Amino acid sequence: MAIFINSDSRVLVQGITGSEGTKHSRLMRAAGTNIVGGVTPGKGGQDVDGVPVFNSVADAVEATGANVSVVFVPPKFTRGAVIETVDAGVPLCVVITEGVPVFDTAEFFQYAQNSGTTRLIGPNCPGLITPGQSNVGIIPGDITPPGRIGLVSKSGTLTYQMMYELRDFGFSTAVGIGGDPIIGTTHIDCLAAFEADPDTDAIVMIGEIGGDAEERAAAFIKENVSKPVVGYVAGFTAPEGKTMGHAGAIVSGSAGTAAAKQEALEAVGVKVGRTPSATAALMRTIMQSL
Amino acid sequence: MDLYEYQAKHLFGKHGVPVVPGEVVVTVDAAHEAARKIGTAVMVKAQVKAGGRGKAGGVKYAPTPDDAAEHARNILGMEIKGLTVEKVLVTEAADIADEYYVSFLLDRANRSYLAMASVEGGMEIEELAVERPEALARIRVDAIDGVTPAKAAEIADAAGFGADVRDQVIAILQQLWRVVAEEDATLVEVNPLVRTPENRVVALDGKVTLDDNANYRHASHIDFADVQGVDPIELRAHELGLNYVKLDGEVGIIGNGAGLVMSTLDVVAYAGEEFGGVKPANFLDIGGGASAEVMANGLDIVLGDPNVKAVFVNVFGGITSCDAVANGVIQAIAMLETRGGAVTKPIVCRIDGNNAIEGRRILTEAGLAVVELVETMDEAARRVAELASGAGKAA
Repeated sequence: MAIFINSDSRVLVQGITGSEGTKHSRLMRAAGTNIVGGVTPGKGGQDVDGVPVFNSVADAVEATGANVSVVFVPPKFTRGAVIETVDAGVPLCVVITEGVPVFDTAEFFQYAQNSGTTRLIGPNCPGLITPGQSNVGIIPGDITPPGRIGLVSKSGTLTYQMMYELRDFGFSTAVGIGGDPIIGTTHIDCLAAFEADPDTDAIVMIGEIGGDAEERAAAFIKENVSKPVVGYVAGFTAPEGKTMGHAGAIVSGSAGTAAAKQEALEAVGVKVGRTPSATAALMRTIMQSL
Repeated sequence: MDLYEYQAKHLFGKHGVPVVPGEVVVTVDAAHEAARKIGTAVMVKAQVKAGGRGKAGGVKYAPTPDDAAEHARNILGMEIKGLTVEKVLVTEAADIADEYYVSFLLDRANRSYLAMASVEGGMEIEELAVERPEALARIRVDAIDGVTPAKAAEIADAAGFGADVRDQVIAILQQLWRVVAEEDATLVEVNPLVRTPENRVVALDGKVTLDDNANYRHASHIDFADVQGVDPIELRAHELGLNYVKLDGEVGIIGNGAGLVMSTLDVVAYAGEEFGGVKPANFLDIGGGASAEVMANGLDIVLGDPNVKAVFVNVFGGITSCDAVANGVIQAIAMLETRGGAVTKPIVCRIDGNNAIEGRRILTEAGLAVVELVETMDEAARRVAELASGAGKAA
């Protein structure tokens, strides 16, 4: 089971002939991902390490039955790549690309929503992994074995850090949802999926400054999540008005602070760690008691 | 990127939004000349990227060119919220019959855009939203459909614009939306939008924030960039393509990944509480790759900050393995020493993740006097805070 991806995922790599696309296709395959094809307009008929390349997503889907697409194309082509994926009816589109104009994201997110068929993850995210089954994106495949913890995070390296700290328990699925102002899949979407997933016993949720996604996730947890949730929020010392690496990581006036997010999570009974290790320790205690 | 009022109005003009004529100047004489050319009473307005300019005395009415010069003399060089006024906008003074408010902004929560409009303009919008929420219309705008004539009418009617100005407001809303859609603005705000006694609707002020990710498709936006108030170390870091934010502490921070670096700042600040309140000196994310050259540039910038007493290199090896990171640190220090000047400030390294044991072995065997290896992030934060406070001697 796990969430969003599993051993039945048939993955298409958009931008497979680019250096990042080629490199990460190799790593994904090494982690057990079933990559069935790649897409680069004008390079149809070629292959990359034996993976067939197609001119369009529609051609690739028809030939391979792909049901997941991962996007490595540059920012200026991302909008077109996602729209093509939605038009081809691919159920899951994972956008790794960083630096996509937010107007484009607003458009292709809306387009995916309107289609009713495609879930978007990202952009500006590391992707997701169901250890032992499928790895879609750039998360290192060998940090953790399969297990029963679910992880959702805005940050890539904090995802890796948390997977590493809890690798003796292992993870059902870890999802990096990305740090842009608009993202296709939110903390709430992942919390709902983990709550429904019989392979997940407890959830780690990692947030950071900016927006109010964590506050809304807290409200969702209160009403809808029965499994234990442990939280971590990065950016307590971030100054107001400065973008901290991620385009969406900015405290605006009194909105989007780490303290407000921690408070909202704790108010609904989520234990929030002061550091990544302290957060891992909280989860360790929960897993030992289950 | 936030724009100055005069830059925002330039974009308004480009998309047909009515604005009053004006000229931005940097000297008293030029202010006099600009007022003379305009030929009517003018406003002299401080150009700084901060609200509350009027209250600070940065916006003045000038009936004559001599008055305009006098006001410019007072306003140029004035400090508003820590920013020095270097430019003033001299603009035709409009007679105001009514003041309105309109804006478009990115709505993160709803993953779309939001139009806000009110016929009760002139006050701070945050105040209006709290005190008279029913007077502020809020209408969702779909990024694909945009602001059609029907959508503009919906916004105008929700706010209650009267028949005398409705058509003009509907046109202006569509023009302002073009600033969002065609210039990649994440905020477009007009406060106030005014009606003159002649029943003309005009944007008297303007606030625009542009999306830096979209700069590649707007060559002209480079002209809007300015370096006022930007820290010189930040400027140099950005020239080197580094993701750097200057802070005011003593511990230099280098890490990979925005979330991990934000987390590192927090952990160092917590540890610093034990050591006389030392704090992080900067945010620096060197990204997933963490090559020797990027590490060298990063160390160069961080060590070049005179406030920095000790540096914390915190890397989690994901795709990049830790042996490459360790070699990167060693080569970076060698590079800096050939660029001139020995590295003397202590550097605490924590490297974990992919191939960590080999990475640690490489760093240990290199035997660099300034480098201290600490196994966990929390312990490393404590050690670097101790070193920065002067309490602990370098090993």
